[in-house]
Amino acid sequence: MSKQRVTRRQFLNYTLTGVGGFMAAGMLMPMVRFAVDPVLQHNAAGDFVVTDKKISDLTNEPVRVDFTFDQKDAWYTSEVTNTAWVYKDENGEVIALSPICKHLGCTVDWNKDKANPEHFYCPCHGGLYTKDGTNVPGTPPAAPLDVYPYKEVDGYLALGKAEPRKEA
Amino acid sequence: MLNKIYDWVDERLDITPLWRDIADHEVPEHVNPAHHFSAFVYCFGGLTFFVTVIQILSGMFLTMYYVPDIKNAWESIYYLQNEVAFGQIVRGMHHWGASLVIVMMFLHTLRVFFQGAYKKPRELNWIVGVLIFFVMLALGLTGYLLPWDMKALFATKVTITIIESVPFIGEYLKILLAGHSDIVGAQTITRFFAIHVFFLPAALFALMAAHFMMIRKQGISGPL
Repeated sequence: MSKQRVTRRQFLNYTLTGVGGFMAAGMLMPMVRFAVDPVLQHNAAGDFVVTDKKISDLTNEPVRVDFTFDQKDAWYTSEVTNTAWVYKDENGEVIALSPICKHLGCTVDWNKDKANPEHFYCPCHGGLYTKDGTNVPGTPPAAPLDVYPYKEVDGYLALGKAEPRKEA
Repeated sequence: MLNKIYDWVDERLDITPLWRDIADHEVPEHVNPAHHFSAFVYCFGGLTFFVTVIQILSGMFLTMYYVPDIKNAWESIYYLQNEVAFGQIVRGMHHWGASLVIVMMFLHTLRVFFQGAYKKPRELNWIVGVLIFFVMLALGLTGYLLPWDMKALFATKVTITIIESVPFIGEYLKILLAGHSDIVGAQTITRFFAIHVFFLPAALFALMAAHFMMIRKQGISGPL
């Protein structure tokens, strides 16, 4: 009896805790996996949407380009219209900026604030960005505007999913 | 008649000590506004609970008409408010009560803070109270989306942007809450509904039970 390293009580404690834990895990695991499913789903990004803007029509002045596509939101498919501010920089390279303010997600407008001409201006908290989308220090945004990757399709501008940039 | 039913049950199950233990206790003089009118400050906790009960009841009834769905949420609220008898009252109770809970809870917190009632041995109850405060804020936040109007949508977009800014896990937290990496939509409203109606109230009940049991165990703090 003295050689017994595990008492009957300990043995029962361990096995009951083990079985109980197994049962609890068996109940919780499906529910947790169910809840976190959206986090683990890979987003098939990279679909380009052709806009009605000809690349040859773009100038140095940012213009507002609206483009519409079918968006799949779980069991809903709906038509969504997104906006980009598009212009050509000095090298003739197309720049397409997302209008969504990097502060709290309001919508910025080009050249709208009379006190700050030639800037992207957010009316919510006065966020400012220069023409290339760089946030002006001292205003709320902490990052430059997102950039749409673009392609040329039959002379027309096609835009992908806006991506964040590194801090300028 | 009622007395006879009570006696019949009590004889078999001895239920008197159960409710005595909950209800039958003295209110100390220094917290009784009938003795010192300034003791009304002790009412705020009870008022918070009272408004919370209204919130739970009115919320239960609202779900008889409400649908957590991007196509029908707004329509169902429009219907229950304008077509259903007393719809405006019931939704009004839930709408205004939501703000009132925050006000009452804040006043209760101020009272506890300025009287130093959070000090030993009641530190744990202060902590539980702060957790209740967070749960209440989360209830307000998740409930705000449910009408699915412009204000609700954009307030939630702002909220989700704030959550996204959490270091390292922000992106995952955002998707966990919104149900999609870049859409605030069908999955967001169902998630917020589930959180608002099941998860948070469950947490709230547990925390409130702990809050009240600690008050009964420790008693109310003494006069200043």
